[in-house]
Amino acid sequence: MRTATKNGRKIIINPVTRVEGHGKVTIKLDEAGKVEQARMHIIEFRGFERFILGRFYWEVPVIVQRLCGICPVSHLLCAAKAMDVIVGADKLTPTGEKMRRLMHYGQTFQSHTLHFFHLSSPDLLFGFDADPLKRNIIGVAQEHPELAKMAILMRKYGQEVIKATAGKKIHGNGAIPGGINKNLSIEERDFLLKDIDQMIQWSVEGLNLYKKLYRDDIERMSAFGSFESNFVSIVDEDGRFDIYDGSLRAKDPDGKLIFDQIKPMDYLNYIREEVRPWSYMKFPFIKQLGMEKGWYRVGPLARVNNCDYMDAPMSEKERREFMELGGGRPVHSTLAYHWARLLEILYCAEKMKELLNDPDLQGTDLVVTGERRSEAVAYLEAPRGTLFHHYRINDRDQVEMANLIVSTTSNNEPMNQAVKSVALEYLEGAEITEDLLNHVEVAIRAYDPCLSCATHAVGRMPLIVRLEGPGGELMQEKVRG
Amino acid sequence: MSKPKIATTALTSCFGCHMSILDIDDLLLKLIELVDFDKSPIADIKDFTGPVDVGIIEGGISNDENLEVARDFRKHCKVLVSLGECAIQGNIPAMRNTVPLKECLEVAYLSGPTVENPSGRIPDDPDIPMLMNKVYPVHELVKVDYFIPGCPPPAETIWEILSSLLLGKEIDLSYTMLKKD
Ligand code: SF4
Repeated sequence: MRTATKNGRKIIINPVTRVEGHGKVTIKLDEAGKVEQARMHIIEFRGFERFILGRFYWEVPVIVQRLCGICPVSHLLCAAKAMDVIVGADKLTPTGEKMRRLMHYGQTFQSHTLHFFHLSSPDLLFGFDADPLKRNIIGVAQEHPELAKMAILMRKYGQEVIKATAGKKIHGNGAIPGGINKNLSIEERDFLLKDIDQMIQWSVEGLNLYKKLYRDDIERMSAFGSFESNFVSIVDEDGRFDIYDGSLRAKDPDGKLIFDQIKPMDYLNYIREEVRPWSYMKFPFIKQLGMEKGWYRVGPLARVNNCDYMDAPMSEKERREFMELGGGRPVHSTLAYHWARLLEILYCAEKMKELLNDPDLQGTDLVVTGERRSEAVAYLEAPRGTLFHHYRINDRDQVEMANLIVSTTSNNEPMNQAVKSVALEYLEGAEITEDLLNHVEVAIRAYDPCLSCATHAVGRMPLIVRLEGPGGELMQEKVRG
Repeated sequence: MSKPKIATTALTSCFGCHMSILDIDDLLLKLIELVDFDKSPIADIKDFTGPVDVGIIEGGISNDENLEVARDFRKHCKVLVSLGECAIQGNIPAMRNTVPLKECLEVAYLSGPTVENPSGRIPDDPDIPMLMNKVYPVHELVKVDYFIPGCPPPAETIWEILSSLLLGKEIDLSYTMLKKD
């Protein structure tokens, strides 16, 4: 069905079933029928920042991690880091810091594995256009059993690391204000050390698999859903890659610094969030660039682009190779996200091995305290990008103010841009084709939207595409269930 | 004989209970052999294709769409299971039941320290599902047959119950499987 209109048209895509309805995308066409704008609406709201008020500060890490069961450790750790500031623990004991790092590497390892192998590999192995009924993890298990087994065991390993450090695979409580509540026993250490070399090897295999897929089809892969953007992540004092601690760095599309080494307490001067009435998910932007131009990308691609080097030998070699894709500029391709993600899987595996061999993990000095403070901000690089937690605590130890910027929120505008880029290429006339649906799905998925923090799309995302006339009247609707 | 069918969904929750299903690890391959998935994010099937033997719901009910999904599950599933505390008693999301909804929205979209909201509008797209004033446990709004406690329930417990239900065995849970953290 095609309807001519005078004032442009809108196409609406629902990336999560209407019934589970948590998200929806609108593509607006201009009068000439060309793509003018893309909007991804997020339609779930939970209200953590309000109902956490009045709770005691030591309860916060275990409560806020229930924002997300896919990467709970990120919220546990980010809140714990903020509470370190509150209790005046400026420097944790070596055991405290290293246990937390191990926990975070385990978590990033499992989350990235889940995303790449369980959620994205079906598209890549069977092709973007394959039958959606086969294009899922069950299809992978049936047709590539060794790969499925490897994915399951890699995720399992990450979960075991979390269990050994946080106490439980999902929603543990290992990180507490000022430190941790357990060290790593010799038995736990040996149990984990036994398989670490295998994990490193599988990480390399996974990375090579994707590198080959990408290089074999490099033109299409690098052009797919592509656009240029700013990048935000944390880095260490000397620009080293770090996902647990550091200061904020932003680069522009050419790789020039917009700002660098911004300490947590200063974040308010650099990052703002725009509210748009059509989405529950806000739109973060770099303050000095303004709402229009200040949006940025976070996550694996941003981190690898932003850092100066990685302190893990195999990963550093891979990072250099990766950066060649950009030819001296940052890498902007949407599908390079997967490449960067697999590179981080390898980095985490290397770092876990280093830590497992570190006797500090068997230390018994677990918690420190100092002078009590009333306000704290903490950053953490969650698997999907920079996470900000900001709290004010009153003198009765209760939360008085909480502000959370969740990683996926920062990729809000980028996901819109990716959809726009795909629509520009795959939208033919005003017709919603299967091809368009497929490609929109793949583009959004590359950003690994942990919509559990906003939606529940762990599976592949169903689509509803709607074409709307200028007055919002329905012109065409196509549902893929 | 065709394989038993299973369906799963997540309502107002964190997806951790589904993650705990994935934590059965290699048994996942066994599960795939034992059952056919119907509507479930795990298999990426979005709508019921017919009647289902076991339906699993994670999460409480906080908006009209959650309710619709819960009713749809009840209609299609012979056995309905509430998996985890959010489904059983609302859990963390239900902490908002103590605060007027309006205040939750105001903090998120008007008064937060990083908020830039020139129009002063709280998101109000007509397609956004209607939020209920409260988050409800699933069984307050539809009939539920089994409850698996925990936040999330441990993978071993989930496997023991699922495999027993699917194979028609008696469910045998040890003390540690029922113990909460
Ligand atoms: S019960 Fe716990 S793990 Fe399950 S969805 Fe709720 S918060 Fe997440």
